[in-house]
Amino acid sequence: MSTQITNEDLELSVLEADATETPTAAARLSSLDTLESEAIHIIREVVAEFEKPALLFSGGKDSVVMLHLATKAFWPGKVPFPVLHVDTGHNFPEVIDFRDRTVERLGLKLVVGSVQEFIDRGELAERADGTRNPLQTIPLLDAIQSNKFDAVFGGGRRDEDKARAKERILSLRDEFGQWDPRNQRPELWNLYNGRHTVGQHVRAFPISNWTELDVWRYIERENIELPGLYYAHEREVFARDGMWRAVGEVSQPRDNEEVITKTVRYRTVGDMSCTGAVESAAATVRDVVIEVAASTITERGATRADDRISEAAMEDRKKDGYF
Amino acid sequence: MSTDIDTARAAALLDEAPLTNATLFRFATAGSVDDGKSTLVGRLLHDSKAILADQLDAVARTSADRGFGGSAGGIDLALLTDGLRAEREQGITIDVAYRYFATDRRSFILADCPGHVQYTKNTVTGASTADAVVVLIDARKGVLEQTRRHLSVLQLLRVAHVIVAVNKIDLVDFSESVFREIEADVQKVGRELGLGSDGITDLLVVPVSALDGDNVVERSERTPWYSGPALLEVLETLPAADELESHLESFRFPVQLVIRPQGALAPDAVAGGLNPEEYRDYRAYAGQITEGSVKVGDKVSVLTPGQDPRTTTVTGIDFAGSSLEEAAAPQSVAIRLADEFDVARGDTIAAAGTVRESSADLYAALCWLSPKPLREGAKVLVKHGTRTVQALVRSVSGKLDLATFNLEGASSLELNDIGHAQLRLAAPLPLENYLHHRRTGAFLVIDPLDGNTLAAGLVKDHPGDHEDERYSI
Repeated sequence: MSTQITNEDLELSVLEADATETPTAAARLSSLDTLESEAIHIIREVVAEFEKPALLFSGGKDSVVMLHLATKAFWPGKVPFPVLHVDTGHNFPEVIDFRDRTVERLGLKLVVGSVQEFIDRGELAERADGTRNPLQTIPLLDAIQSNKFDAVFGGGRRDEDKARAKERILSLRDEFGQWDPRNQRPELWNLYNGRHTVGQHVRAFPISNWTELDVWRYIERENIELPGLYYAHEREVFARDGMWRAVGEVSQPRDNEEVITKTVRYRTVGDMSCTGAVESAAATVRDVVIEVAASTITERGATRADDRISEAAMEDRKKDGYF
Repeated sequence: MSTDIDTARAAALLDEAPLTNATLFRFATAGSVDDGKSTLVGRLLHDSKAILADQLDAVARTSADRGFGGSAGGIDLALLTDGLRAEREQGITIDVAYRYFATDRRSFILADCPGHVQYTKNTVTGASTADAVVVLIDARKGVLEQTRRHLSVLQLLRVAHVIVAVNKIDLVDFSESVFREIEADVQKVGRELGLGSDGITDLLVVPVSALDGDNVVERSERTPWYSGPALLEVLETLPAADELESHLESFRFPVQLVIRPQGALAPDAVAGGLNPEEYRDYRAYAGQITEGSVKVGDKVSVLTPGQDPRTTTVTGIDFAGSSLEEAAAPQSVAIRLADEFDVARGDTIAAAGTVRESSADLYAALCWLSPKPLREGAKVLVKHGTRTVQALVRSVSGKLDLATFNLEGASSLELNDIGHAQLRLAAPLPLENYLHHRRTGAFLVIDPLDGNTLAAGLVKDHPGDHEDERYSI
């Protein structure tokens, strides 16, 4: 670390840095351990500073990882908050089953916000394209308000989308649940500012800094159970919008769409009406890790029709209060 | 429709050893839009194959729509990092964007900090968590006032590694003399600031062309006079801040919460064989080690504001069912102590006898991040570690001219100003000089009215204490 660094010094200093790496505990900490510690720190901060947090839990892999991190954060005690699921009414039955088993196993309270109930009451209208994902915002905000949740954990990651890349770890929502991307609080060091006024709430994203591959490597390392449709299975599908759609009650092929049986798996499990499968033979978590590492298509681009609507689709939904 | 498999990339990423041993490295980029910063970030992501096909498709479409005709296959790499609608429409970057990529040696978190608007706010934010910061200079322009400002902020924030990338070296015909002149200027500014010569930070200068990729990922043949490593090689080999600090005897652990289940154990833990009888009186202090390391059997002090430090022994370090012998920053753990003290959130556990007395008088450098100016007499909140206390701004004693590094008289601070202030706290805190303690020397200033973050604070020594000259600006 001399003042006047010549090129030779530069080369040397890099070599030295390499050679002098000492086997300290910190040096041994893998990137996955570092990310895990960061997430647990954030989860504990939110629990310590908020009156009534809840965790968004859909049975999807990111929310399953979030719940796993929460169990580690408070071990040997119980996870000290309820889980919240916004049910579109179009969920995969096996995912709902997985959700209920998980809640039972961990002794958690489950709060469900139902899109169907809002439609039945005439407070939401079915969209022309049949997609219910964008309809989740109102039931979500209603559940937050009526349960007086002041912090809501989500499994959102910054690598998922351009708008999410700008999201804070603790992100303020106004009285209408809206996100103001141009007016976010700077987030410094590991000091999180969760102050909010009555009516506002905070979304907390402890795995903001994880990539899809990190999530899968963690699922493998921690031996975390997921709904079966994340792994290769045979399913009746038809092609639409460049992806494979499952045949189901709410997802019916049109006359010109041929139904075939394929070996597929899901990279995200959302609403059946807009979540597509990918052709895959990855039947184990190891297979999936290899597939994800090798994949050249991001997960949302590959399998979410709702993000293809426009370049700013996610940003627009987030501003309105979406996850 | 099916996932495309790039087997070479999969093999590189999945070679068993790198996957389990790869460490995390956080870095930020600083520079103005015209320095080609977004292009450099795009180049790093592109050449390390972190950009996935559909992102590239979207960018290629937009590039074509706007008639972008540069090299890099007609793709405007800068578009990869502009996330918000307004940013793409206006062609500017407003906010810090986080990007992720990995090589077989390291996983990287990149905080891309815009330079034009609110550069201090963004640079301070990005640099606060960074192990290294890459500052861009346009080879045709050399060291500008803005470069001096950036380096000044990075010195103040004590960023371990500052790398100056002299970009657009292709536009000066890969001239060694141009590079050497800029390199000498950078080192001169560094010496004026103490950057690279204080034993805490280092300062490296690398010639690059972000547009063509010279010395970004691979060493370039077009700069034969440069024998140093390419930028990515530098980032892959520099030690992370936690590695540099882990040898210190300065164990610090702000208590986040107390884990005391009192019989209400997690059902899955009980199902997994945990004996409820053994955990009836379980009590552990949960937190993240901010600095140093701790072993079972170590003597520690518990620091509670308003009380004398209490000394005890670490009897256990728990993490989700595992008992550890030793833990180091940045691990999140739960610590058990020999004595049943009343320990609560906001207290700090530290290596015994290494922390000076808590103080209610706070002398600090403040990086002002809010459009609402700071005035003497203002009532604010100070968040330090896991404790938030009320504070009164007694005086503002000066404002830093980032270009000349001089302290000017000032009685208020405006957005993007960095100045000195004295605050009186409602309760004493275990404050430490930021120069030596990047976490326990840092705090937030928060507006009690709307809860917004007003400033990033760096603790200074009290006047009369031994003041480190390197920190006197």
